[in-house]
Amino acid sequence: MSIPETVPTAGRSRARANGWAKSILRFLVIIVTTYLGLLAVTFFIGRVIPIDPVLAVLGDRAPAHVVERTRELMGFNKPLYEQFYIYVRDALTGNFGTSVLTTNPVMADIRRVFPATLELATLGTIIGSLIGVPLGVLAAVKRGSIADQIVRVVGLVGYSVPIFWLALLSLLFFYAKLRWVAYPGRIDIVYEYSFTPITGLYLLDSLWQGQWDVFRDVFRHIILPAGLLGYFSLAYISRMTRSFMLNELSQEYIVAARAKGLSETRIIWGHALRNAAVPLVTVIALSYAGLLEGSVLTETVFAWPGLGLYITNSLQNADMNAVLGGTIVIGSVFIAINILSDLLYRTLDPRTRAR
Amino acid sequence: MMHSLNRHVRMLTAGAAMSLILMAGGPAFAETPADTLVEGWAIDDIITMDPGEAFELSTAEVTANTYSYLVRLDINDTSKVVGDLAESWTVSDDGLTYTFKMKPDAKFASGNPVTAEDVAYSIERVVKLDKSPAFILTQFGLTGDNVTEKAKATDAGTFTFTVDKAYAPSFVLNCLTATVGAVVDKKLVLEHVAAVTPSAEYKYDNDFGNEWLKTGYAGSGAFKLREWRANEVVVMERNDNYYGEKTPLARVIYRHMKESSGQRLALEAGDIDVARNLEPGDFDAVSKNAELATTNAPKGTVYYFSLNQKNANLAKPEVAEAFKYLVDYDAIGSTLIKGIGEIHQTFLPKGVLGELPENPYKLDVAKAKELLAKAGLADGFTVTMDVRNTQPITGIAESIQQTLAQANIKMEIVPGDGKQTLTKYRNRTHDIYIGQWGQDYFDPNSNAETFTVNPDNSDEGKNKTLAWRNTWDVPKEWTEESKAALLEKDATKRADMYKDLQKKVLEKSPFVVIFQQTEVAGTRANVKGFKLGPSFDTNYVFTVSKD
Repeated sequence: MSIPETVPTAGRSRARANGWAKSILRFLVIIVTTYLGLLAVTFFIGRVIPIDPVLAVLGDRAPAHVVERTRELMGFNKPLYEQFYIYVRDALTGNFGTSVLTTNPVMADIRRVFPATLELATLGTIIGSLIGVPLGVLAAVKRGSIADQIVRVVGLVGYSVPIFWLALLSLLFFYAKLRWVAYPGRIDIVYEYSFTPITGLYLLDSLWQGQWDVFRDVFRHIILPAGLLGYFSLAYISRMTRSFMLNELSQEYIVAARAKGLSETRIIWGHALRNAAVPLVTVIALSYAGLLEGSVLTETVFAWPGLGLYITNSLQNADMNAVLGGTIVIGSVFIAINILSDLLYRTLDPRTRAR
Repeated sequence: MMHSLNRHVRMLTAGAAMSLILMAGGPAFAETPADTLVEGWAIDDIITMDPGEAFELSTAEVTANTYSYLVRLDINDTSKVVGDLAESWTVSDDGLTYTFKMKPDAKFASGNPVTAEDVAYSIERVVKLDKSPAFILTQFGLTGDNVTEKAKATDAGTFTFTVDKAYAPSFVLNCLTATVGAVVDKKLVLEHVAAVTPSAEYKYDNDFGNEWLKTGYAGSGAFKLREWRANEVVVMERNDNYYGEKTPLARVIYRHMKESSGQRLALEAGDIDVARNLEPGDFDAVSKNAELATTNAPKGTVYYFSLNQKNANLAKPEVAEAFKYLVDYDAIGSTLIKGIGEIHQTFLPKGVLGELPENPYKLDVAKAKELLAKAGLADGFTVTMDVRNTQPITGIAESIQQTLAQANIKMEIVPGDGKQTLTKYRNRTHDIYIGQWGQDYFDPNSNAETFTVNPDNSDEGKNKTLAWRNTWDVPKEWTEESKAALLEKDATKRADMYKDLQKKVLEKSPFVVIFQQTEVAGTRANVKGFKLGPSFDTNYVFTVSKD
């Protein structure tokens, strides 16, 4: 009697294992094709832009024979597909080439600039969601009220005002007039050589080492750019929260909850927001990923040595190794955040777990 | 859920309170340390710190402050040079051999003594590496095969340099003041050379320390280079082994800041001592601030636009002349380049031997129309101009567009990134190009050569001077005159030859030179002795001090 019972169980678990294997395989295929596609597109765009890459390496004043020799050495006179093949082959062995602008291996550069962007984007997103979500909820609950109007205007301004203008204005106000924050860069030069970062995330590093004065200085440097980025993601997040919440609040289960006599707070935060949270995770994740690309304008204004500045500078100089390396990192960030938000989905939405 | 909500609220309040505390610690006046000079400067042009390879303006300045040379420009009279590591020098009667006596006590920052051996090695590595700026030395007939003979130490205190023609001594000495003339510490560099497999392109078995020197340092200047982090910072520290007077400052930090307005704010707040990239509006504001001071100096860079002679209309001599009358020099000078440039129409910048301070052209639409009619183009024509999207270039291009329209010439602006317009220019596919030209080294030949020499005007031409880029077949006599000026020993006669050439180019060439760049800087009032030099090699900070 026990045998017929175990067979289907084994079959089921095998089927499940199969399913897992399949989904992992599918996932791998997607990742590999995504990367290859990403690389191919960036590579070919990089090679057809009307900029002579040798010019970036040597500058305008190099004599003709030096230009020719460099072109030869860098392999620019090989056919495009061959250049691409060489690039992918090297990339697979972990060699992403050397940046011509900084003369460092590309990955060493990115390890240096990425933490700056990561720290800024993370803090920005935290600020954006901690303020944006409650504001959005408030606007939805008090729909049509003054509060709603204010939230919407705040969102609209965040959407439409150019960030460099707001950045300069806020610098003028908070830095030049009020002297609340510090500028430029990530840390005061006084600490430049007394503080040794470990992870490159200065806030964490200074806390870890118990250097409170450094932490305070770093905080004063980061709070304005992070606040600005936070404001911009807040604009997006609050609008989306508002519309998700409006959608939830008109559902029947809300009526049921009210009929049951639940408190309004419980209904809004415990039921409606709980359900709105699922799509909201995607919104926040996307906005986070966007910030992780590095905000070029913010980084320029605040002299923030981050990824956005690095890639833009490389692009303008046709420093293709650096651009490709940066693209891979950004691609990985998007993939990682997608996986992460998928996992969060599972914890937030029981239905995805059941499947 | 209520619980977690409360937790959220508590966390929020705690966070807010913490930020308040942190901020309230606040409004202390920012000040840089008393022994440190902090400059805000766009240093993203730096790609290497090896003096044998670097050809960028920012690097020229850093190298000039961290390395010593055989000779340097005399900043009080830039038509002369003075000894740096060389105590004295003589030129042989045939004009071919230069003998330098070295200062006896000079030391590198490493503590190694500076000898003639080091000078010879420095020149050897420049010539053998053959990077972009190597031509400044190889133009004297130096090759990888003969360099050890032509540039050698006869003893520890004597260095001899042999050139292939009896050039004007001022030309030879001026070239030695360029970044490639920086003397490196042979012993130290030899400890860091990397092995290289010789090939057809590069026949030596080592890299002469090039890889290491890209970020390393082996000099004997007033400062030593502590660190360069691309697009972030350059740090120089006092060199206690310097042979000359010790620097008042312990440290100079160049902080990469690209934005003019950001530099101004940081300067006003005292977070930087010097702002180097101020645009006219910000410079104006800084000059009106009592806590700040400004300084400026004409630099060896001229801005011009040029007409590609492949374009049949632009190739007509009357058209070229008409264009010179179709620029509103006065308006450009009083608005677009106010404070950052000076109207200048000849190809040699002010301060260089042979400068010609003549600006004969004014906006004269009637005269231009007359010339165009003579060329059979009374109804005008259509033409494009490649314009990089930075100021003041864009503004000037727009001004020219308007004045050209008055003579029925319809000019279309093709905007592009700097490298993009340059690529087009170097491929000779432009109609009109607007841009700047900075001297490669502080000698009239640098500009004279590029504006007046074009030995092979075909697309395959190897000598890609500005004349070549504009497909301009320079009259043979002009090229001859330019070359003859190189051999003229009498400095006054040499200067006259360049003046003559400039007059000719001014009258009959496809180049319309508009202005010469003035470099400006804003400083805190307590910064003393900050002076910009006539070139980037002479922007010295080793005499700067702070109150």
